[in-house]
Amino acid sequence: MELTLDFPRVKAIVESYTEKVDSLIDSYAGNKEQLISLLQDIQAEFNYLPQDVLVKISQKLDIPLSQVFSVATFFRAFTLKPRGRHLVTVCLGTACHVKGGRRLVEKIERDYGIKPGETTKDMRFTLEAVNCLGCCALGPVVVVDGKYESKMNPDKLDRVLRGYK
Amino acid sequence: MVEQVRKLLEKRVESAAELENLRQSILGKRDTSRICISVCGGTACRASGAEAVVEAFLDEIERRELQVQVEMKETGCHGFCERGPLVVIEPRKIFYQQVKPEDIPEIIAETVLGGKVVERLLYVDPVSSQRITYEPDVPFYKRQTRTIFGANGTIDPTNIEDYIAVGGYSALSKALTGMKPQEIIDEVKKSGLRGRGGGGFPTGKKWQSCREAEADIKYVICNADEGDPGAYQDRSLLEGNPHSVLEGMVIGAYAIGSHRGYIYVRNEYPLAVRHARIAIEQAMDYGLLGENILGSGFDFNVTINKGGGAFVCGESSALMASLEGKIGEPKAKYVHMSEKGLWDNPSLLNNVKTWANVPLVINKGADWYSKIGTSGSKGTMIFSLVGNINNTGLVEVPMGITLREMIFDIGGGIPNGKKFKAVQTGGPSGGCIPEQFLDTPVDFDELTKLGSMMGSGGMIVMDEDTCMVDVAKYFIEFLKGESCGKCTPCREGINRMSEILSNITQGKGKPEDLEALEDLAAVLNAGALCALGQTAANPVMSTLKYFRDEYIAHIEQKKCPAGVCRDLIQYSIDPEKCQGCLRCLRACPTGAITGEKREAHTLNQGLCIKCGACYDVCKFDAVIRQ
Repeated sequence: MELTLDFPRVKAIVESYTEKVDSLIDSYAGNKEQLISLLQDIQAEFNYLPQDVLVKISQKLDIPLSQVFSVATFFRAFTLKPRGRHLVTVCLGTACHVKGGRRLVEKIERDYGIKPGETTKDMRFTLEAVNCLGCCALGPVVVVDGKYESKMNPDKLDRVLRGYK
Repeated sequence: MVEQVRKLLEKRVESAAELENLRQSILGKRDTSRICISVCGGTACRASGAEAVVEAFLDEIERRELQVQVEMKETGCHGFCERGPLVVIEPRKIFYQQVKPEDIPEIIAETVLGGKVVERLLYVDPVSSQRITYEPDVPFYKRQTRTIFGANGTIDPTNIEDYIAVGGYSALSKALTGMKPQEIIDEVKKSGLRGRGGGGFPTGKKWQSCREAEADIKYVICNADEGDPGAYQDRSLLEGNPHSVLEGMVIGAYAIGSHRGYIYVRNEYPLAVRHARIAIEQAMDYGLLGENILGSGFDFNVTINKGGGAFVCGESSALMASLEGKIGEPKAKYVHMSEKGLWDNPSLLNNVKTWANVPLVINKGADWYSKIGTSGSKGTMIFSLVGNINNTGLVEVPMGITLREMIFDIGGGIPNGKKFKAVQTGGPSGGCIPEQFLDTPVDFDELTKLGSMMGSGGMIVMDEDTCMVDVAKYFIEFLKGESCGKCTPCREGINRMSEILSNITQGKGKPEDLEALEDLAAVLNAGALCALGQTAANPVMSTLKYFRDEYIAHIEQKKCPAGVCRDLIQYSIDPEKCQGCLRCLRACPTGAITGEKREAHTLNQGLCIKCGACYDVCKFDAVIRQ
């Protein structure tokens, strides 16, 4: 197969990406203290923190790159790896733990071959474990793309996940 | 534009008298005999489908053209999360639980128009087996004292007028117009209010030292980084009644002389963030926040910061580091944060619940407030009663109530006929309390005496099927992941504890391990930098103290008495009980179970990964776990 690059299209994609990144960084008007909020916005936009964006933040806000990286890797909410199409969050808070939350993680590990923090090769699912979503009355809880699934068991989870392609 | 500005100015309340006028005019417009359908819109009820229920109500009201007669309200969390979605029909307070969209036409036809009760949607008390019609009669609510949490079920958190109607911001107007800052602090001191975030530090004392600290800039911070697993009352309060928290913050700011505030809230709580944001905007519009509050000349602004999902940021100095845009590492507190905190300025940090208590103290007075509770712990506390318990949800009770009353009278006891084993309080800094202490009154000091603590108010009930070594390991694993890594005792000590506990749960434990755990705990307690590290060993120490025999069974007999630790248990199939239904065979992920239909199945131990899938699906109790 002959590979031809549609240069105007590639250029347009790069430009819109650059524009988006710039406008997000500029919205904080050089305010270094807002680094965490800025990273949250970047992650909300791109689903993860692309490395080149971190470099750009460091340059534009005049924060050492080491500090940007330390913040980006310290907090659990951030990821430097692209996430899959669907984010599956299993709650492992104490209430969910005593009601069997751990077994839901194991079920996904077995069925999809991913551990918490990992993404399936086909980019279908990213699995995250979280230490309490505050829905303890409904445990064990799993959240898929923001939708809460309550009182889960491995069997129910299987049915839910099949619905996400 | 001019029109918009004028509209904004009209809303502004410029004095205490104007606030009172506004309240009267809101109340005057309201018809208390009018039927109001209130649907709980807390995170848990939403997860159970409350939004679809609201939609269905709105559709049905529109279809029957009842907009004038019937009011719809989506309130904050009512607390009885287990039974959601919850619907309460005012003014009679008829209580429906587990309501589905298809129930709505019947509720409208029968209850709203016909005045009759839909029996099948009522709550049945598991103890007395009686149907209960009215919300206040439900045993779960009946024994509570809802001074802080009460308004949650009646107000729409996105409508400031609802809060004003129930007396909201009257404490602020009293403080700003009738009290000197020192008088406010004296009142808070006299009330005996202690910090609700965990430590229980006297609130008034903290305010005093922040007031006395000399600086041009001071900060007020609301800690809504509720990281304790199993606790969610801060979330529910901020979601359901954000103005009560804001009101407390403004009063605190006025008392110490601060003009800038932050609410640091967990990123995992999107609804709380949204409601707090709306509340701030509305309070600004009404002149209850921002410049020249209530015409008093006092300015105070609040910003929301979302956390990055680090447990350690619930610790005050780590939280402030995170607010500064740095990683959330705690500092050694040679100097209190109230003197040198955020950007080295005096900073007054209190928990969500503490702030929500402040308007109550100011409004009703310290004398009234200090009558509730025990000698050392005043007021009420909101607990999240969760785990293996019948009535799961949020419970507000006076300090001093016994654990037994909480768990058996309000919580309705342990489900499925199981036995109570322990209750875990205080999150990862707390401990597990066994049955013999169930009659202990719950307050800051009593829980500490038992080797646990109050913490943020999480109360996780565990039944006989819970392995206490596994619980200890759970908390240590949690802390291993959350330790910020700055100080060695916490970083290394917790890792060592985790290794030892893993060995014990895998049957590789040695008798001397228990002593090593105790040694490590002592080092952590003495040497860790922040309170989270100093208390990190509490879950291990309390289980070692009260459930030592369980540790010994794991080490010496290589058995897990509760049947939880995977390496110490074995599954098998009882050929007498097995009906050959093929359910377990289909559920087994590794093909370890073989057999024909209507013939007893067999389990191949070599292939079994002990996932428990067969145990879960068997309807005949034929799968044995031992």
